[in-house]
Amino acid sequence: MTNAAVELIDAHKRYGSVEAVKGVNVAIHPGELVAMLGPNGAGKTTSINLMLGLRKPTSGRARLFGLDPDDRRARSRCGVMLQDSGVPDTLTVRELVELFTSYYPHPMSPDRAIGLAGLDQQAKRQAGKLSGGQRQRLYFALAVCGDPELIFFDEPTVGMDVESRRSFLDSIREFGREGKTIVLTTHYLEEADELAERVIVIDRGVVIADASPAEIKSHVVGRRVSFTTSQPLSEGDLRGLPYSRLDLDRNRVRLFSNAPEAVLRELFSRGVEIRDLQVVGADLEEAFLALTTEAEKETVA
Amino acid sequence: MSTTATMDVARIGRMLGAQTKAQLLTRMRIPAFTVLSLGMPVMFFALFNAIFGSQKQAPGVTTGEYILVSYATYAVANVMVYNFGIGIASERGRKLDLLQRAMPVPPLVPVAAQIISVIVFAFIALLLLFAYAFLVGGIRLGAATWLDLLWRLLLGSFPMMGLGLAIGYGTGANAAPAVVNVVYLPMSFLSGIFIPFSILPSTVQKIGQVLPTYHYANLGWNILGPGAAYESSGTALLWLAAWTVVLFAIALRIYRLDETQKFS
Repeated sequence: MTNAAVELIDAHKRYGSVEAVKGVNVAIHPGELVAMLGPNGAGKTTSINLMLGLRKPTSGRARLFGLDPDDRRARSRCGVMLQDSGVPDTLTVRELVELFTSYYPHPMSPDRAIGLAGLDQQAKRQAGKLSGGQRQRLYFALAVCGDPELIFFDEPTVGMDVESRRSFLDSIREFGREGKTIVLTTHYLEEADELAERVIVIDRGVVIADASPAEIKSHVVGRRVSFTTSQPLSEGDLRGLPYSRLDLDRNRVRLFSNAPEAVLRELFSRGVEIRDLQVVGADLEEAFLALTTEAEKETVA
Repeated sequence: MSTTATMDVARIGRMLGAQTKAQLLTRMRIPAFTVLSLGMPVMFFALFNAIFGSQKQAPGVTTGEYILVSYATYAVANVMVYNFGIGIASERGRKLDLLQRAMPVPPLVPVAAQIISVIVFAFIALLLLFAYAFLVGGIRLGAATWLDLLWRLLLGSFPMMGLGLAIGYGTGANAAPAVVNVVYLPMSFLSGIFIPFSILPSTVQKIGQVLPTYHYANLGWNILGPGAAYESSGTALLWLAAWTVVLFAIALRIYRLDETQKFS
């Protein structure tokens, strides 16, 4: 008997000829705030669906509080916010929250759930008449109204503006502080970093990293630096600089680095003339390249 | 052990109550639905009753009484087929079932809530039609006959429920309205619900005689006297029982397929 809140044990999931999840092992313990991070199509949503019992693993096992995820005793302890689901448009916020509290043995009062979601003003509005952000907050209210110990959020901030995203993440953090277990999926590294104590990186159906945000960040490349130079550069000119990947095409240089300032300072001091400088955050694909290639190296070895 | 079992029953009862209430409110607030299922039968009856109502249908039976029963069967079948067929298909299309499926609620609770709410709607549709027929249409049946008609209409509606469920779980949100109309409207015509069965050509009658709507209407017409119906109540009930088994078996199979596709 394990005391993990959620567990996937060598879980595989195949849809027809596509294997979406290829042997995932994850154990999430009570009180943990975990982000599952990965690019689109990496297998995050499938993993969540396995944990929730919405899908059955092709092989391996999923456990929720040590029980089958279909078991109502386990589900009574979970709240869920799914990426891709609807509610009847003609019911009001309050009616929906009341309906969802009826599913749970010890729910909070509907007013409290509505308040936590910041929807007091919209309580009597029909779901179909809410804005996109308000709709997400409604789903949040539905996820927390059963006063669950464990809450799943599948890509909760997709489509939110900066302001609603901020307040939304604050609400999730608040729940974490109350000792709730939280599992959320995201494809934003910053979001995982801001929120979680533990980040599980999934790519192409396998877990490629499972560590603290700080550790993850030290392994991924943060910034993409690109510039042109007056004279053609060679790799030798960049020797000893803290970069991880380099694309060099005569005068055009593109590299990835976690310390772009140090790279540039060193280049200036070496007398390299730089034009058209651009330093931008690497996108997730680029950021994970380092992790992915490391994982591949391990499988090869 | 038995206390947890009773607690469970109480909890499921609470869920079912909340789910049924939500279901009723959801549908009630869709004007297309209320107009179609509550308004149309009254409208049709009002029209045909005004034109043919006082004619004689059979010995001791006016055409008004005959078409009241016809449109009452139409009202109930209409609610069952449209409500389940189009309602469930569109809810599935918008993935309303997904979030609910992750909740600690047994999957049969939402299905049961659908069935209860549809019966409630059928009941409302009948009461409206009966009230109009009595107050405006000048139809006078004994109190016992009204009640007899009411329970026959609810009892005989199970095959229509099965048909609605099969269409609801078997078709997509866009196809459902078309499928419902293509299946259900001709069925009603061939069964003598819109035009008296006796004036249909005999080959058409042969087709009509096997349809569930035909036997459903006959179960109703029998309250007006044996002359108003084309078969006995007993025969109609046997046919309806057989259709219930067949259509529910099909609906169940389609429901299971849909479940496996989405949740396995």
